[in-house]
Amino acid sequence: MDKNRRAFLVSMAQNVAIAATGGFLWSAYVDEAKAAPLTLRPPGARKEDEFISLCIKCGLCVEACPYDTLMLAKPGDHKPLGTPYFIPRDIPCYMCDDIPCVPPCPTGALDIKSVTEEKNGELIFDITKMRMGVAIVDMKSCIAFWGIQCDACYRACPLLDQAIYMEYRKNERTGKHAKLLPVVDPDYCTGCGLCEHACVTEIAAIKVLPRDVALGKVGKHYVKGWEKSDEERLRGSSGIETTVTERSKKSAVDTLNEGIDFE
Amino acid sequence: MKGSTLSNFWKKYRFLIIRRLTQITILILYIGANLWGWKILQGNLSSSSLFETIPLADPYAVLQIFATGSLIAADAIIGAIIIALFYAAIGGRAFCSYVCPVNMVTDLANYLRRKWKLDKYEKKWWASRNIRYWVMGLSFILSFILGTAAFEMVSPISMTHRGLIFGMGFGWAAIVTIFLFDLFILKNGWCGHICPLGGFYSLIGKYNLFRVRHNQPNCTLCMKCKEVCPEKEVLYMIGKKSQFVDMGECTLCGRCVEVCDDDALEFSLHYFVKKGEKDET
Repeated sequence: MDKNRRAFLVSMAQNVAIAATGGFLWSAYVDEAKAAPLTLRPPGARKEDEFISLCIKCGLCVEACPYDTLMLAKPGDHKPLGTPYFIPRDIPCYMCDDIPCVPPCPTGALDIKSVTEEKNGELIFDITKMRMGVAIVDMKSCIAFWGIQCDACYRACPLLDQAIYMEYRKNERTGKHAKLLPVVDPDYCTGCGLCEHACVTEIAAIKVLPRDVALGKVGKHYVKGWEKSDEERLRGSSGIETTVTERSKKSAVDTLNEGIDFE
Repeated sequence: MKGSTLSNFWKKYRFLIIRRLTQITILILYIGANLWGWKILQGNLSSSSLFETIPLADPYAVLQIFATGSLIAADAIIGAIIIALFYAAIGGRAFCSYVCPVNMVTDLANYLRRKWKLDKYEKKWWASRNIRYWVMGLSFILSFILGTAAFEMVSPISMTHRGLIFGMGFGWAAIVTIFLFDLFILKNGWCGHICPLGGFYSLIGKYNLFRVRHNQPNCTLCMKCKEVCPEKEVLYMIGKKSQFVDMGECTLCGRCVEVCDDDALEFSLHYFVKKGEKDET
């Protein structure tokens, strides 16, 4: 009787141990494999963590893309396996007006609401609402910053003068010329990558990065006092949020007067 | 004379031929959709769209997405229900033998196994055929913890299938691994022991319509059926009693029906025939 119980317990322990070993190996791989923060997703993609949980890897967006921009990650691409992405330097997103890639998505990993607007009860596509990434300029390798006249990215931008505009600056070297410098406005940039595709340098001096990677966040400590609408950001926040550290728990030290004997 | 050998060939391989035809046709439709824009069957086995209107989705993948806690859109849910109902009626593991591309790889390994008589000489490993259910359970737990469909991240089935449609990359390594595993390490290793998708379809097809039926009085105990069967535990009744193959693990591949020289195995409809017979007596 006791022997049977022992055998049962041992075999149970064996099964659980095998499952645990396999489970840990499996999850270790998946956890690493799904973390590819530099992946550019198709139009309308939800935030990366939501996207990666919803995407069923069917490739319907890839098949819908008329420019072969989108690809499904193959083993060896170092991207979450089977998920759609694009490399703008090779083929950028041409921002089709009718956005063929988003509606076929069966799971909602590509969110149709994020690229449409409702007008008179009708859904109207607006590709300029998509936010796949944001362009970043490397001013050391951008030849416009050298003073050479180049506006390849500016001309390539589908939202010319909005997403990329030209800023004039005096060329201090010659003293008599102007530099025309490309500046990206993240409020308009869709991350289509036409600028990166057009850039003339060997490695593009303007690059599209995912927005979470490239953009910062001000937080609640700073408000544009001169802009009424900026206060909206503070709505819903409770009280004053102070950073508490080990040091800040101690009371302030009167460094000027402490320890000095005034006698 | 020639005609009779041809019809004999058809009789001995009819299900195999139909299976290869459906497997390859489905693959070609998917590949055509990606390469030439055919609008018949677009996407892949994870999720697809039939004639641009009917959504289809892998119910196992959709369940994994459910497990991550994400709100999934209606198309995929409807697609998964359609597929689940289809296989529940036809027979769950018909997916494995008539659709899944990996089946061609493991069948080749099995064929070589028989041809080279590996079973006689190979070192034998024992592995439970229930591993697949453990893997399936684990996949739901890991999907919940990791926030992504865990099996879909490692599935050699999707890797193979996606690879054939969208580009292989290093996906060939997965195919070679499965092939070598089945050929030299464990007989029916992948499809018959580990694959959680097969396990899932085994559960779905528990009460399906089409079944193989054993007619015991005809049986001469040659055991050709058990030799060729990829899930031979389902043929436990061979030579013992006349009954339907009632286990969900049966892939309905029909190889046993083909190799049987004694008309002791045949496809029939499960419930209708059974009830009908009982009603008459």
